Amino acid sequence: MDVPPDVPKEDGRPKWDNKFQYILSCIGFAVGLGNVWRFPYLCQIHGGGAFLIPYFIALIFEGIPLLHLELALGQCLRKGSISAWHTISPYLGGVGVASWMVSILVSLYYNTILTWVMWYFINSFQEPLPWSICPLNENKTGLNEECYESTAVNYFWYRKTLNITPDVTDSGTLQWWLVLCLASCWAIVYLCTIRGIETTGKAIYVTAIFPYVVLTIFLIHGLSLPGATEGLAYLFTPNLNILKNPRVWLDAATQIFFSLSLAFGGLIAFSSYNPSKNDCEKDAVTVAIVNSITSLYASIPIFSVLGFKAITGYWDCLDRNIISVINEYDLPEQSITRQNYTDWITFLNSSNPEKLAGLKLKSCDLQEFLDQSVSGSGLAFIVFTQAVILMPGSQAWAILFFVMLFSLGLSSMFGNIEGVFTPLLELQVISKSIPKELLSGIICLVSFLFALCFTLGSGSYWIDIFDSYAGSLPLLVIAFFEVIGVAYVYNIKRFSEDVKWMTGRKLNVYWQITWRFISPLLLLIVFVAFVTLQIQKTPSYAAWNPKYEHFPMKEQKVYPPWVQAICVLLAALPCVFVPLVALIHLIKRMSRSKDSSLIPPEMFSCQEVNS
Amino acid sequence: MLGVLLLAFSVVSVASAELCKPDAQNAFKVRLSIKTALGDNAYTWDANEEYLFKAMMAFAMRRYSSKSTTQISNVLLCNVTDRVSFWFVVTDSSKNTTTVPGSEVEAAIRMNRNRINSAFLLSDKTLQFLKISTTLSPPVEPSTPVWLIVFGVVLSLIVAGIVFLIVAGIQQRKKKNKESTERENLEEKGEVTITIENGIPCEALDLKAGHVNGVFAADDERFTSL
Repeated sequence: MDVPPDVPKEDGRPKWDNKFQYILSCIGFAVGLGNVWRFPYLCQIHGGGAFLIPYFIALIFEGIPLLHLELALGQCLRKGSISAWHTISPYLGGVGVASWMVSILVSLYYNTILTWVMWYFINSFQEPLPWSICPLNENKTGLNEECYESTAVNYFWYRKTLNITPDVTDSGTLQWWLVLCLASCWAIVYLCTIRGIETTGKAIYVTAIFPYVVLTIFLIHGLSLPGATEGLAYLFTPNLNILKNPRVWLDAATQIFFSLSLAFGGLIAFSSYNPSKNDCEKDAVTVAIVNSITSLYASIPIFSVLGFKAITGYWDCLDRNIISVINEYDLPEQSITRQNYTDWITFLNSSNPEKLAGLKLKSCDLQEFLDQSVSGSGLAFIVFTQAVILMPGSQAWAILFFVMLFSLGLSSMFGNIEGVFTPLLELQVISKSIPKELLSGIICLVSFLFALCFTLGSGSYWIDIFDSYAGSLPLLVIAFFEVIGVAYVYNIKRFSEDVKWMTGRKLNVYWQITWRFISPLLLLIVFVAFVTLQIQKTPSYAAWNPKYEHFPMKEQKVYPPWVQAICVLLAALPCVFVPLVALIHLIKRMSRSKDSSLIPPEMFSCQEVNS
Repeated sequence: MLGVLLLAFSVVSVASAELCKPDAQNAFKVRLSIKTALGDNAYTWDANEEYLFKAMMAFAMRRYSSKSTTQISNVLLCNVTDRVSFWFVVTDSSKNTTTVPGSEVEAAIRMNRNRINSAFLLSDKTLQFLKISTTLSPPVEPSTPVWLIVFGVVLSLIVAGIVFLIVAGIQQRKKKNKESTERENLEEKGEVTITIENGIPCEALDLKAGHVNGVFAADDERFTSL
């Protein structure tokens, strides 16, 4: 009897080649772009080292329990999110559908971010880097005006990459270079997910490990740069007063939640390919701790480089002032140095203040340069690219940085696609005759066509909308219902028995307490606080408008009503499936109970599913 | 006699002082940043360097107007500071009391800027004529954008990978189908070579895992040894 050696199957379900592949896939899914560009920013604005306190509290009471719940669920039921929740209780089937919808919405815009990374990557091979110089204007008399007034880096990002329109309603045209990069990104995703975990399991070895290698290289290089110590001191100096602000606690809770990629259904899909007797408790703790340590580890090179950029900017400011003073007073060269600059200024000010004031010297303050903190795409594509120009050998650093970002994003995309792919494979609608390659191809092609809207001129505004509304609120709702569903509908005692069967140990009282009381309560509080904060301010965005009077400052605009309606739709659409499916099942039950006798609810447990 | 000479000299110097002073008509300010350009190899600015400057200006005027009348003495320097900056004018060679129009001087300097810079081992940025703006050189742009080349490489690798995986998958599926149809054909013809015992193929039985029945095991003891 010949079993094809490359697809080991027991019950027709593919499985991981080894445990390491599984752990690496979970870590790759959890560790994403947010660990690099969101956590260091939060750490910085929320009092440095003091932020770690709410962060670790959230990790222990919210992150790890929810992670363990999802991994145990998938491993016990050995099904994707839709079928798994349907098995737990048909009334809860909507939770699975909701997480499937969220995975689709997030995959759409997440891969467009990878498109931007790829565009920067392929431009990093040019000497000099295209974002370091301003192009000339049409009649070649001076530099391009938009570039001159902002910076070359800003110009390359807003004009040459996004070709951004001044308003979200102004769609602009498809940017052909972004369309090409988007096509190749989806082709890469297709290449890696073509046969589900068989192919992603191989690809994950590279995409999950490579970022750590690059982070280490950047760590060593970053610490050797001048200004690194200032940057790190600025990041980690604790300001314990900040803990009185509830916003800090909310940000810590949401960061942990979104960082671990919970409620996407991807983790359930990953663990469903596990053998049933696997220690999911240890896996959950491992993945959560590795994710948090990676966030901390990534913030060190990021802030060393930001400190380097700040001090270079500070020195440039000083040097320009020094040249102005020397030229005005005809002093010998190098008579004023950075060190004695302040002494000279006080001396000159005391002798002839009007002349000094006439120079209009800019005040150079290192703190001000360090305070220019950014998160998100601004950090990667504007701030970091500017820092890279200042380093010797900038092409190599740029290439390394963007390949690292690409691997980080790609390993998260695997989890997102798996969250879409696995439930589809289990639907009866998809017959067995459709090969996996075709199904994944259809998913990638349809997603590519939808994602073309993000390559329009207004694309980045839409990505911000998707990120703020589709990728945040529904996840909180789904996670809340997950915990309630397992703890109260499925019953925590049954689940404890299942977990004990899988791990071989009795469930610790910590899990019982968190699953029953603490996590649902925390999620409810976070949800309410989140919604309250969103409602309080009218949804607005910052537009890049060269004709704005305060250009290069961004113009604050309010979303028009139809865009606001789309925002509400994005947030509500996944959530509405939870009550909708419950209602449909209730109607079905009521119509069935009218014709036949009462069918007893199906009782099952993990052991029965697996034996 | 001596008095007349002294008077003439003072008149000339007063005249030149009037011609060359900061913000005078047709006067230009020059600023040198020698230490910035040359670092440790910087030379000090002294009277000899000033003489060279006057010579270069005269040279530039001669080349520009191609009437070889401008002398070194026609170039007047004044207000030399420690910064190293000074003002200069070029007087008309025929009449010492008027200055050459600024536009002519500017054109002459623009024409010979390279020569002037290299005489002092400086560049446009470190030898500045403050009223004369430098022309910008356009940035170098390669004929094919570099990014298209890299993109082509990346895309061909991806497409090759996808084609390879799809073809491998199809081949595997064909092999599996062929084997299962062969198996069915063989079973129909009754020529199956797999021994089956009670519906269980023998190969699936792990003969080593079975229990050995001690009654029948000791076969070699039934026969008496010869």
